[in-house]
Amino acid sequence: MKEVHHKADEHHGAHKKTYKFGMVIDLDKCTGCGACMVACMAENNVPFRKDNSDRLRSNLWMRVYKISNGRPFPDLDISFIPRPCQHCEGSGHHHTPCVSVCPATATDYSHETGIVSQVYTRCFGCRYCMAACPYHVRVFNWWDPTWPKGMEKYLNPDVSVRMRGVVEKCSFCYHRYQRAKNKAYAEGRRELHENEYQTACTQACPAGAITFGDLKNPEHKVYKLKKSRYAFRLLEKLGTNPKVYYVSTRDWVRKAGDAYAGEEPKGVTHVTHA
Amino acid sequence: MFPFAFEWVPEATRYVFMGSLYAVLITLIIILHYCAIRAFLDMICKKDDHNSHH
Amino acid sequence: MNSASAPFDSALFPEGVKRCKFKWFLFWVAVVHGPLMVGVIAMLMCWGLALNVTYLNNNYPFGLWIAADLGIIALGAGAFFTGFLRYIVNIDELKNIVNYAVVIGVVCYAAAQGILGVDIGQPLRGWFIFWHANVHSMLTEVAFCITCYFSVLCIEYLPLILENRQLNKLGFFHGMAHHLHGAMPTIAAVGVFLSFFHQGSLGGVPGVLYGRPFAYREGFLVWPWTFFLFILSAIACGPCFTILCTWITEKCAGKRLVKRNVIDILAKISGRLLVLYLVLKTLDTVYWVVIAEKVGAPLSSFYANQPFGYWVLITELGILGVIPAIILLNAKARQNENILIIACILNCSGIFMNRWIMTVQALAVPVMSFDKFISYRPNWIEYASTLMFVWLGVVVIMLSYRYLPIFPQEKELNPS
Repeated sequence: MKEVHHKADEHHGAHKKTYKFGMVIDLDKCTGCGACMVACMAENNVPFRKDNSDRLRSNLWMRVYKISNGRPFPDLDISFIPRPCQHCEGSGHHHTPCVSVCPATATDYSHETGIVSQVYTRCFGCRYCMAACPYHVRVFNWWDPTWPKGMEKYLNPDVSVRMRGVVEKCSFCYHRYQRAKNKAYAEGRRELHENEYQTACTQACPAGAITFGDLKNPEHKVYKLKKSRYAFRLLEKLGTNPKVYYVSTRDWVRKAGDAYAGEEPKGVTHVTHA
Repeated sequence: MFPFAFEWVPEATRYVFMGSLYAVLITLIIILHYCAIRAFLDMICKKDDHNSHH
Repeated sequence: MNSASAPFDSALFPEGVKRCKFKWFLFWVAVVHGPLMVGVIAMLMCWGLALNVTYLNNNYPFGLWIAADLGIIALGAGAFFTGFLRYIVNIDELKNIVNYAVVIGVVCYAAAQGILGVDIGQPLRGWFIFWHANVHSMLTEVAFCITCYFSVLCIEYLPLILENRQLNKLGFFHGMAHHLHGAMPTIAAVGVFLSFFHQGSLGGVPGVLYGRPFAYREGFLVWPWTFFLFILSAIACGPCFTILCTWITEKCAGKRLVKRNVIDILAKISGRLLVLYLVLKTLDTVYWVVIAEKVGAPLSSFYANQPFGYWVLITELGILGVIPAIILLNAKARQNENILIIACILNCSGIFMNRWIMTVQALAVPVMSFDKFISYRPNWIEYASTLMFVWLGVVVIMLSYRYLPIFPQEKELNPS
């Protein structure tokens, strides 16, 4: 299917602008405040429950992990890892892990934007994509979505609310891309400016740790940031080819992020941010 | 899914996959109909034999 | 048969065989309906209250249901493989057990589809898998082949129903059953084609997950090695499950239903295939260790968290693999019924355990270094809804045994 998409891209290439949207997250700047998680939930109508403490069943498109180097004071060091969908591109003969396995084509890799989409009304909840994703990005709607009385009036009208029994995940605020594209089209432009399309988490981060843009556009900040010698991606060895880059000057953080669990540096504790 | 569905992508794997599916379904339908028709004809012929004896 | 003491439904029994009184039959059917109803309640809870009633979670999107699904289909492989041996390889003696293998197959495949109907989050959208099929997904291949093969099994089951003593008196039904028997080699061939693919693609389901080094395997063309291993393991355990079910039925009926030489043929074939499977599985395991090391996943990391320690590997391949293989290859051991049944139980358990490992353990092993290991156990709802289909199968087998000519040797083995 991928090859065919490529062909289609070549066909439309002459008159269709393509992007490769991605993110660079500076872990040295991240304070773990969780504003990105809150912004994401509000922007994308992510359902929650009265007691949302069960992390194994809560819907978090953006999740902040807290890791430490496991050393005693005063050498103790901690880092926070915000983890949105990695929007894997796949490499070699591997497609995007979740896209190739979905039996009903409910998830797709867009060669126009590089975004992995999820069609909620198409998904029938087999959860095979969740098994395929090594980042635990995909979450299942174990309950019907409900909001406290009156809060339904504050839902984002641009994002559909998901029903129970389907899988959902971060879409890089795709509705914002559509909105920006419409605006550009109305103004007679074919290309989006960098600041025209930004995700909710990027804008909400008070420390400015998250940068979002077109990874293949040299004028975008992410283009330069991803080339930093301190940049890495989660589980790069697996060949998933994610579009979310992380930057940290601390060796142990880079090692913890890029390493497979088996190579876990001794003493690293894994605490989930509450 | 049929080749005229909007999602149909003209690629080899799809033709092989869906082609095998329809081949299997057609084979099964033909077998069932063949057996049913033969059984029906047998039944009619036997009835005729029965009548001719009288 | 003494007509004075014969059950009132005796006119429906196969020619020349004895069955228990109707009230006893009804009693046992009612007994089986007890746990079956518990399962129905569990199923309705899943559909009505959504899947939060289970112990599944975002770390374990697959649990007992999927493992049971894969296991049941592997056990049901006895149907297609016995059909293959009977109609295509032409081992004539197997005609005495092929009917029962078909009944077991129907039950297993119906159960597998039923479990999937409870497992998916939006059961009413189940048909999307056919209509919006992604032909690159192993699950699509599984769904297509399983539903097609289930229809093949129903067509194979049809002549057995039509051969019921009363139905068979009707000319059309008699003729239909006769002609279906004639077409059986073609039907069996279609069944073999479908079965090879879905048994294999079930292996492909975990095998293609390259984000999960525990499950991922390289392979041939689009098929990972697990594709071929699942086919082989299914045909190695399927006949054993048929033997096991026959033995249980004989114990319940209190009489012999199939001659020993027929059982022995199946056991011998099963043993040889199990040895071949074990050899290839061992090679695959060694190769897997090397490949996983390459992506930085040492073997020890796979077995670092209890309850998924090294004992899992040893139990699967050693206790539940090598031991039944040795028994099944030894003609003397096969002759001893108790030992043979132990071997069959071990073999079937081994395959079931393999399916559990490839689905549940594959998800249990943390992948990111800051991932936490989370344990999983199914709750009563998962158990009850899975077992519901087993009890349903028992009812189908009870009805089939009572009213249909499943065992051609029964009359000869139990002269009245």
